[in-house]
Amino acid sequence: MGGYYDTEDLADFQNIAEFANEQGEAFFRYYQAALGEGALTEREKSLIALAVAAVEKCPYCIDAYTTKCLSLGISNDEMMEAIHTGAAMAAGVILAHSTQMRKIVKKKEM
Amino acid sequence: MDGREQLGLLRGTGRCAPFSETLAGADKGPIRAEKIDILQLNLGTRCNLACGHCHVQAGPRGDKAMSREVLARCLDLACDGEVSVVDITGGAPELNPHLEWFLGEAGALGKRLIVRSNLVILLEEGYERFIEIYAKNRVEVVSSLPDWRAARADRQRGAGSFDRIIRAIRLLNERGYGRESSGLVLDLVHNPAGAYLPGPQKALEREYRKRLLDDHGVVFNGLYSITNLPIGRFLEYLVRSDNLVDYMADLCGAFNPAAVDRVMCRTTLSVGWDGSLYDCDFNQALGLPVRRGMPGNVADFDPGRLREREIVIDNHCYGCVAGSGSSCQGATVS
Ligand code: SF4
Ligand code: SF4
Repeated sequence: MGGYYDTEDLADFQNIAEFANEQGEAFFRYYQAALGEGALTEREKSLIALAVAAVEKCPYCIDAYTTKCLSLGISNDEMMEAIHTGAAMAAGVILAHSTQMRKIVKKKEM
Repeated sequence: MDGREQLGLLRGTGRCAPFSETLAGADKGPIRAEKIDILQLNLGTRCNLACGHCHVQAGPRGDKAMSREVLARCLDLACDGEVSVVDITGGAPELNPHLEWFLGEAGALGKRLIVRSNLVILLEEGYERFIEIYAKNRVEVVSSLPDWRAARADRQRGAGSFDRIIRAIRLLNERGYGRESSGLVLDLVHNPAGAYLPGPQKALEREYRKRLLDDHGVVFNGLYSITNLPIGRFLEYLVRSDNLVDYMADLCGAFNPAAVDRVMCRTTLSVGWDGSLYDCDFNQALGLPVRRGMPGNVADFDPGRLREREIVIDNHCYGCVAGSGSSCQGATVS
């Protein structure tokens, strides 16, 4: 048994419908509809996907979307900028939740 | 690495079945020629650049050049009614001393004439005149520009090459090239600057058009996106950077049976500097001539037999049929 994250495992993504075909197929339809070109370009969506991949720390998605961004001619600084957007959002989300802490503190402290 | 070593490496690598088996499995093999629509001439291995992805491994020290005799014979072949395009490549075609004469003759045939120029050469002393020669003979100029950003393009073609290509495009634009109304065609070629497949041609064209206009004020007609075939200097790069196994897996994982119907070898005949015949420029670079028993040289050209030849294939062919397909005219499947 190798490590948990193998580069080759990325190719298994197409098999995720295994054992639950109907839901899997439904997911793929949704995935393609969501990520295909729409009002946003494939380029914009790929940068969003890369940022989400980094925020969610998914090595498979980071690999897939870095490669996709390269294929689309997206520059390294643009990719890094997208990841900073994700990182700032993640930090913001955490800090926004401090409101809960602050509310509780204020209620409970004499 | 010579052709045999390259093929040995491609056959022995990783997770891809032999191309012939993949074709048979998809009920697509063998591949047969359909007609000789494009006559592609490789004028030699000499080039002013030495790009990192060059499949013919051309460079300043390249010493092969097509002779005037072979070119004259090609001119006869180009008169054949079936040939509609004469596609000239190299090396840098401009470094072949017979190019100007050949274009003058071929220009009079009324066929589509294409020269694959690296453009950098057009700024070098003694070669600027080719802009006028091209325009006069209605030559379509096709040039590789791996990226619209200097840094990425320079990594592949050499430091400073991007700026010089832009300057050459500006001169071509001034002469009317790349402008819709002039009838003078300037097409660019995108190929990935690394171990990944090209994205959709349309999206890349949109990006190139906008960036080249906004950043440099230059225009072009169309963008071809081309997959790097794992041969020549690009293969050396794949080995050196430990990308070969993954790249081959990407290529065969993206195998698209529909692209097999559109491979360029079905309609192209490629002529080497010494007049030898090949199914395509890639087979030429690998030293794989047309199938044994076929007329193998322009001297004994026989369109009737060549038109129906079976194409010589091997694992490098995965590059032509991955994803949207790839040819000298860009993607083959929309
Ligand atoms: S890719 Fe073209 S320009 Fe670059 S070295 Fe090869 S022949 Fe010359
Ligand atoms: S590499 Fe040449 S022979 Fe092979 S599919 Fe491509 S064009 Fe045809």
